[in-house]
Amino acid sequence: MQLHRFHGGLKLADATDTSTRDPVLVMGVPSRLVVPMGQHIGEAAEPCVVVGDHVSKGQRIGQSKGYIAAHVHAPTSGEVVEITDHAVPHPSGLSAPCVILHSDGHDDWGDSRMEPWLDWDTRDPRRLRQRIRDAGIVGLGGAAFPTAVKMNPRAGQRIHTLIVNGAECEPYISADDMLLRTAPDAVFEGIRIVAHLLNVERVLFAVEDNMPEAMRALTETLPDELRSLIRLVSVPSIYPTGGERQLIKVLTGQEVPSGGLPADIGMVCNNPGTFKAVCDAVIQGRPLLSRIVTVTGPGVQHPRNVEALLGTPFADVIEAAGGYAEGVDRLIMGGPMMGFAVHDDAIPVIKGTNCLLATRPQDTPPPGPLMPCIRCGECAAACPAQLLPQQLYWQAKAKDFDAIQDYGLFDCIECGCCAHVCPSNIPLVQYYRYAKNEIWAREKERQKSDLARERYEFRQERIEREEKEKAERMAKKRAAVKKKEGGEGGDDEKQAAIQAALERARAKKAARAAEKKGEPGSEGASGERPDETSNTTSDTSPTDGDSR
Amino acid sequence: MRFRTESSPHMIPAHSVGGVMQQVLMALVPGTLAMVWFFGWGVLVNVALAVLFAVAFEAAIVAARKRPVMATLGDNSAIVTGWLFALAIPPLTPVWVTLIGIAFAIIVAKHLYGGLGYNPFNPAMVGYVVVLVSFPREMALWPAPEALSDLSLGLGQTLQTVLTGSLPAALEWDTLSRATPLDAMREGLGSGRTVGEVTASPLFGSFSETQWEWIGNFFLLGGLYLLFRRIIHWHIPVAVILGVAIPAGFFWMLDPDSFASPAFHVFSGAVIIGAFFIATDPVSASTTPLGRILYGAGIGLLIFVIRTWGGYPDAVAFAVLLMNMVAPTLDHLTRPRIFGRSRRGPPPGDGHA
Repeated sequence: MQLHRFHGGLKLADATDTSTRDPVLVMGVPSRLVVPMGQHIGEAAEPCVVVGDHVSKGQRIGQSKGYIAAHVHAPTSGEVVEITDHAVPHPSGLSAPCVILHSDGHDDWGDSRMEPWLDWDTRDPRRLRQRIRDAGIVGLGGAAFPTAVKMNPRAGQRIHTLIVNGAECEPYISADDMLLRTAPDAVFEGIRIVAHLLNVERVLFAVEDNMPEAMRALTETLPDELRSLIRLVSVPSIYPTGGERQLIKVLTGQEVPSGGLPADIGMVCNNPGTFKAVCDAVIQGRPLLSRIVTVTGPGVQHPRNVEALLGTPFADVIEAAGGYAEGVDRLIMGGPMMGFAVHDDAIPVIKGTNCLLATRPQDTPPPGPLMPCIRCGECAAACPAQLLPQQLYWQAKAKDFDAIQDYGLFDCIECGCCAHVCPSNIPLVQYYRYAKNEIWAREKERQKSDLARERYEFRQERIEREEKEKAERMAKKRAAVKKKEGGEGGDDEKQAAIQAALERARAKKAARAAEKKGEPGSEGASGERPDETSNTTSDTSPTDGDSR
Repeated sequence: MRFRTESSPHMIPAHSVGGVMQQVLMALVPGTLAMVWFFGWGVLVNVALAVLFAVAFEAAIVAARKRPVMATLGDNSAIVTGWLFALAIPPLTPVWVTLIGIAFAIIVAKHLYGGLGYNPFNPAMVGYVVVLVSFPREMALWPAPEALSDLSLGLGQTLQTVLTGSLPAALEWDTLSRATPLDAMREGLGSGRTVGEVTASPLFGSFSETQWEWIGNFFLLGGLYLLFRRIIHWHIPVAVILGVAIPAGFFWMLDPDSFASPAFHVFSGAVIIGAFFIATDPVSASTTPLGRILYGAGIGLLIFVIRTWGGYPDAVAFAVLLMNMVAPTLDHLTRPRIFGRSRRGPPPGDGHA
């Protein structure tokens, strides 16, 4: 098969040999589990249990809200002891709502298991998709995007190619490698289900060339009847080949349009772990309750892969790998390039926890002194999105948010290649994250004030129209009176003036009443308050109240 | 247990500015030694003095700006500036000329603009141009090469000459110094001789005068080392050399009697060191691949134009400074196509805001 190249990228030393020596260890049930409600991209789930409830294994404890969202299930049976904010794996280090379970030690499914569908190939794709949603499955490669959403292409979009992303490109991570060595058949079954669901023409299964044992297991297990559908492809291990866009480029030569999705070019890409989870959900009726985590790095005694229940504290997982090594001072969730350092090991394993990497100061020294950018351009040479990181850096620093978007800030995948090659120790990705957040915040603010301005302009227009109508009415009346009375118009004019004054007073009263009732923007309210005409900003406009 | 939290990537950085500059210095060694071989101790004395002045000025101004002195000196950029300046000036240049040039390079061209990374112009070339236009007499005194002259100065005499500005007794500038091949060519052609007559001199080797060829070869060696270590990219050096050679070749083919050969142009004066070490100064050069090619080609073309029709025999410094002015615009106009976009026009989708 003809492979393609993407621009830049890095050849990083592979560091998975220590964690792949032993088979995957299935960890026991911890006595206390902390289950975050937000384990995925999108809105966090809402707890649907209360403190004191006894839950069975696989019972839904978090109800998803919105479309891009996922349910959360009880990883084991036990009692809900607390629903509270707890430290979660998030770069901010902030806490978020979690359901805290005390395990009862029975690991009892009760009646929570979904019906196993051995005859899935007779099921309607919509029901299969619903099953994936019910099982709370998200992408297990790390990004944790709700899988059911990916399985639901927009109207008119035809998905012809399914891509299995076994290109585990970050040094150290071997969770997919071990999964493929251990359970290739379940992965293939999951692929069959998804291929059926999406009715694809072909499946490209990419595995990096530094995972020969996984490749061997797959080649040996691939059923004959799938050989025409699934194509196993060994891809060069260049970081970040495991990025969806980069992998699609390598396999097909096509580029996912900027700002678009793989579905825009008829492709869907998922991690092998996700296919295994789909297989479990459909064939066994088991929601997503656990995942394989690589516990590794020079900071742990015995690097290995474990299968841990979601909600298991990091400390327990590290314990399963023999505990910390002497001098460990950094704990990273994810790989060394894109993972983030957590401040605490009471944080639980979530759906996106593919790796825990513990390091010592000699492995990950504190960043050296920040030097000025010398515009060497190494970052641009390494950037797989073909951006100019050195220019984005200047623009982020200068807060020139128009220019930075013009230079493609939102095409940045935050892979960290630029920061790694930077001779000046500039935390480039941090600058881009900052700029993105700032732009999002401003966009929100702008939408808010646009709405306020629209309402204000509408109101101005209405007031003017009313004034004009009133003036016309008055003129008509006056003309009529003059016509009728000839020279004796004096009293009537006075009358009309009194009438007009009364009308004004009435309008004013009505306006005040309406304001008191708190009906901002309601017709006729504050119609004659000239003092307000200069207020255009959102904080003084009446719309501020109802936009919250 | 609590842990340190720093932002990704969690790896030992691949490069450092100090390391990059160190590689550049190492790559300058062979060419510098070749110059010492042909021109004597003066080259070494100049390098030592210029580097000393550069580091001293850098330390003083960084201290005045209340920045960390040792961390700034650790980037080694002042050493590179001093060294390159020293290679540009004649080997027996009086010390006060060096002092003035370096002061301009470090204080005016570099730190008044904000220091390393913020200077729009190549500091060494600013310093060189200042002394070149201010002290043309001192800048013209290139000694006759040692290998071809029976007069040779020892280290002591060289030091004395540089520090006092006057030659030891019994030596005259007229006997010691001699026109560079570019001067010779310029004057020769100006006085109506043909290229063939000028290069018929026994001093000429295959392309240019023997010693300049060899110096060029050794700088080329250092430049190739930088390419090999990926400290520099091929675009600028190749574009500079072709930028000189192509127009030179064109005119040479039209009239080989009035125009020197492209090989003469490339191997005379500062083209090789300029292409690999001066034009590639990242701070003041263009940074996009196409931008670098245009930047280098512009330098090459300007070198040829100024040498052929301008007022100076060599023009690397002027060409570099002129193209420094254009570099930001080149960067803006030669942005690479972003992944997932067409080369022109807006992105196909807009899914981000």
